[in-house]
Amino acid sequence: MTRLKLKKLEEYLQCVDGFEKPKLLLEQYPTPPHIAACITHCMQEQYDDIEGKLVADLGSGCGMLSIGATLLGALLTIGFELDDAAVNTFRQNVLDMELPNVDCIRADVLQVPNGKWDKAFDTVVMNPPFGTKHNAGMDMRFLDVGTRLATGAVYSLHKTSTR
Amino acid sequence: MKLSTYNFLTSMAIKGVKVGYPLKLTINKKDVIESEFNPVFIERLLPKLDWSAVYSAAQVAELADDIPAAQPDNVAEDEQLLQRLHHLLFEIDVLEGQLECPETGRVFPITDGIPNMLLNEDEV
Repeated sequence: MTRLKLKKLEEYLQCVDGFEKPKLLLEQYPTPPHIAACITHCMQEQYDDIEGKLVADLGSGCGMLSIGATLLGALLTIGFELDDAAVNTFRQNVLDMELPNVDCIRADVLQVPNGKWDKAFDTVVMNPPFGTKHNAGMDMRFLDVGTRLATGAVYSLHKTSTR
Repeated sequence: MKLSTYNFLTSMAIKGVKVGYPLKLTINKKDVIESEFNPVFIERLLPKLDWSAVYSAAQVAELADDIPAAQPDNVAEDEQLLQRLHHLLFEIDVLEGQLECPETGRVFPITDGIPNMLLNEDEV
């Protein structure tokens, strides 16, 4: 049983602040609340991959997917994000919404060290850079890290043109 | 930053660092944010915890009296300890402080609740 109805989840996610000035080179596309709500709800409702799970969000931006996972009852959600402005917005979103058990780390996803993080998470979610701004293959490099960190599923959004 | 997150942080990405764990934690400013206690969550987290890091975090957070120095055998059956672990790992929010690599002394600052683990290109 999913703890929140899809509609309610989407309503909450509409309160998540996004990028103030998206940076083109970092491919900071926001994840729209509707899509974030649908996919995180589906992860829980159909696959039982969120509630009570350790969840990582790679390239977490302002935290849309992390917050979706948190609202659906993740045990602990950790966002990894390179950009200073985005991590600050993430953190502010978490404080404003008074969410428990969610953190954001400022880090380069491609620098995430081996060891402690390997298989630390049950589930990995991400809306990675697609690799369309002189960084071809970036999405696949994010996926490689994701599969290293997860013991269960990795959910990732991609662009058909970079397939 | 919650201390549950601290449990996973290493400095192993620095060139030449072998273990990089546990990072030496300093807390300059912290907050306590109440959250719902869920014993099942703490039990699920137990196998992922490194007790030495948990205990050192407890010392830094001035909660060393609550947490035994060595991991007891039957943590899951000790409701009081689970509750204390919950408080330590999920309710303490480190706002300002730092994490120091035990091998190189490289300092990772914690600012406004966010640990900055970014490395310069010449460090990796």
